[in-house]
Amino acid sequence: MVFNVLLNASLIIFAAGLTYKVATWFYYRVGITAEDTSIVGRIIAVSRHVLGIVLSERILILFKAFLLDVLLQVRILKQDKLRWLMHMLIFWGFMLLLLMHALDDIVSRKLFSGYYSTVNPYFFLRDFFGVMVLAGVGIALYRRFILKVPRLKTNAMDKYAIIILAVIMLSGLLLEGLRITSHSEFMYMVNDYAGMGDEQEILALESYWVEKYGLASPNVRPPFDSATLDAGRSAHEMNCMDCHAPAQWAFASFAVAGFLKPVAVILDKIKGTDFLWYVHIIACFFGLAYLPFSKMLHIFTTPISLMARAISEDDEGTSAPDAAIASTRQAMELDACTHCGTCSLHCSAMMAYEVKGNEYILPSEKMMVLKRVASGKEPDAAEMQAVIEGIYLCTNCDRCTVVCPSGINLKDLWINVREDLVRRGGAEPLILSQFSFVRGLNRHKFDGQAYAEPVERVRKVVAGHFESLNNPENPIALNDTETTPESVDPTFAYCFSCQNCSTVCPVVGNYEDPQESVGLLPHQIMCCLGLGMVEMAKGASMVYDCVTCYQCQEHCPQKVKVADLLYQLRNLAAKDANAA
Amino acid sequence: MKNYTMFLGCNIPARVSQYADAAMAVLRKLGVEPVNIRSFYFPMIAPYYSQHVSADNLDTGDFNCCGYPMRNTDELAFLVSATKNLAVAERAGTDILVLCKCCYGSLKKAEYMLQEDNALKKDINGRLKGAGLKYEGNVQIRHLLSVLYHEIGVSALKKKVSSKFKKLNIATHYGCHALRPSNITQFDNPVAPTLFDELVTVTGASSVDWNTRLECCGAPQMGINDKLSMDLTRKKLADAAQSGADYLCTACPYCHIQFDTVQQQMAASDPDMQPVASILYPQLLGLCLGISEKALGIHLNHLDITGVKSFLS
Repeated sequence: MVFNVLLNASLIIFAAGLTYKVATWFYYRVGITAEDTSIVGRIIAVSRHVLGIVLSERILILFKAFLLDVLLQVRILKQDKLRWLMHMLIFWGFMLLLLMHALDDIVSRKLFSGYYSTVNPYFFLRDFFGVMVLAGVGIALYRRFILKVPRLKTNAMDKYAIIILAVIMLSGLLLEGLRITSHSEFMYMVNDYAGMGDEQEILALESYWVEKYGLASPNVRPPFDSATLDAGRSAHEMNCMDCHAPAQWAFASFAVAGFLKPVAVILDKIKGTDFLWYVHIIACFFGLAYLPFSKMLHIFTTPISLMARAISEDDEGTSAPDAAIASTRQAMELDACTHCGTCSLHCSAMMAYEVKGNEYILPSEKMMVLKRVASGKEPDAAEMQAVIEGIYLCTNCDRCTVVCPSGINLKDLWINVREDLVRRGGAEPLILSQFSFVRGLNRHKFDGQAYAEPVERVRKVVAGHFESLNNPENPIALNDTETTPESVDPTFAYCFSCQNCSTVCPVVGNYEDPQESVGLLPHQIMCCLGLGMVEMAKGASMVYDCVTCYQCQEHCPQKVKVADLLYQLRNLAAKDANAA
Repeated sequence: MKNYTMFLGCNIPARVSQYADAAMAVLRKLGVEPVNIRSFYFPMIAPYYSQHVSADNLDTGDFNCCGYPMRNTDELAFLVSATKNLAVAERAGTDILVLCKCCYGSLKKAEYMLQEDNALKKDINGRLKGAGLKYEGNVQIRHLLSVLYHEIGVSALKKKVSSKFKKLNIATHYGCHALRPSNITQFDNPVAPTLFDELVTVTGASSVDWNTRLECCGAPQMGINDKLSMDLTRKKLADAAQSGADYLCTACPYCHIQFDTVQQQMAASDPDMQPVASILYPQLLGLCLGISEKALGIHLNHLDITGVKSFLS
């Protein structure tokens, strides 16, 4: 009764949660790709796409991906053998327990006519699968807390996943161990299955089970004489043996039973088995009900993501990705991320994270915050600034996409989300660095004005504070309160304004009226620094239009580090912009 | 010759993989086998961490960004990033063979800065401690072209060439970050370099003289000031065309993308433009060494360069 109520309640929550989650894949808008898509449009596009694959020979691609990536998890194996072992133990142990043990009425009994949980191989396998999961959980704990894989972060959801698995497995193991020792369980079996009436015979059987199978009895105590044991054995052979494998076959539970033995009789009296049974099934049902909202949802989403990846790799170069399908896939991929940290282990920008400490530089942590943003929980302004910095500080090396064990197409996600975030506001100084290169390469994919606006915005923040220069009537006011920061190379002082740097500069050479376009020419910037006017120097467009070709520095007769100084001014401006 | 580890950087695996393939094919043909660096995060279980991100013995697992794009906003992040790579190679006891000129310039700059400033070196090493790394300065940073020129040598290359180009005019694009600042990069004479031209001549092609050959390709401003970026590219392309060049030759992914991908985009919106396609140097040399077009990734360039074969004798 309690069992059925709990089961049905958790099944209903699970089904509702799963439906809700699937609905969000069509509803959530991730990045700018999703802007012009509608829910109905996405449902139709995805259904067509999926049907088109399932009804064609391309279904073989799905089968192959399912076999290699989902069942054998080759993508994890390629990364890390220990992790593969961990995940295979948990995955297979858990799945087989689910099918053989949890769903025994539906699966095992239907498939195997001789199925009884107390006979071999099932009796043994249940323990074996449970131990597999526990071993996997053990490796997970080892990796996260002892090995300390670089940049592998453990959040509440990761802890939950480990805890729920551990609670289910350990409670099952304890329950089984206690059952082995339990006298009431023994009596229940005797009364229900053996149909023995003779008290003496039952005591003999009991003695035999105490001697042989770990039973803890309040009635009999070893040592037993051989006559009792003989009688017990024959009772056992007649009534038990056919339907009950020796308890030792449940090797892990039997070991637990050994530990419990000293307190087993008391535990049995206070109905310890009932208690553990409740813990076990409530943990299972809680895990089931909460699954759609937890990391364990990846049981469903990661296989979908892996198969989507296989199809998109097959598509590569032949068909342009459809916005409706791409948006849906990206929303789903947010749920397919297991926060395993493989991307962050390999991230090219890893050292920037180590220096700056901004977690959002790491792909795995970006996924976590994007999940929140997609569900409408916007971070506050300060956190958003960190998120934008993190998402912009990406070299677009695509390694994360290559290594992701869940097959998530992270590179497209970054481009899509980056575009959305930089358009929302703020002035991320990284936009004025070579981190913009790939954005520039993709500019034809975006609307011209919307694409240009974020760059103009940040330029306005860092550059253009040199009004006095544009008005010749106004003399430049020398500012003796400004001090040149230590980080500025002192060689600017050697400048005697020969203008070689400005003459060889290809940027200056690109314009009819360079001063109008770049504000200050390189030699003027050196002059500015000489006059202590760092603010004005920093404000010149030239500083940000610099192509870092080092012609200026190479050709300076005074060995002024012109190009390096421009770098330093950009560094200072970035610091200011971040502070603002 | 010391062992080399290939440093691919970020652009090549993602956008110019043919450069790595062609360079690898050429190096192997010439008897150079770049070493595979394993991970050193956990010496005890190192075998578990021997990731191979890209195929064919090119391991990028342990290197990270050279620091080049970080230099604009955060010098410290640039230095730590660059030095980490040097430390990884040093620990493996190999030198670094760089394909990208921006990576090359970046790594050389970091090497120079740490050489000049002991306190800085100490600070950076302190930051690498967590990764179990330390950089002493015992690692050579070499660009592919330098290895071909200095280690293998023009005369040895000439002997290996099995077929030569005829009447092929090539405009060599040197790439700023290899040439300058010359006291740091030590690549070639910054005002009148010949290294690349000599390497091109090995293939039988003539290296044309063109005014802007030492100038910037425009890539560093792509995404920042796109118009400026493409202005610079356009100017160079016009100059190369005027000098009678059939192809531009590059040895840097940034320059190559600018003359290949970006030029293609520019040509799409400007029908008057006469494209001068870019061929990567190992592609050019590879064809003369008898390496297949497929292995050199000739078809992976955005602009069609298959016509270059017609110049082969």
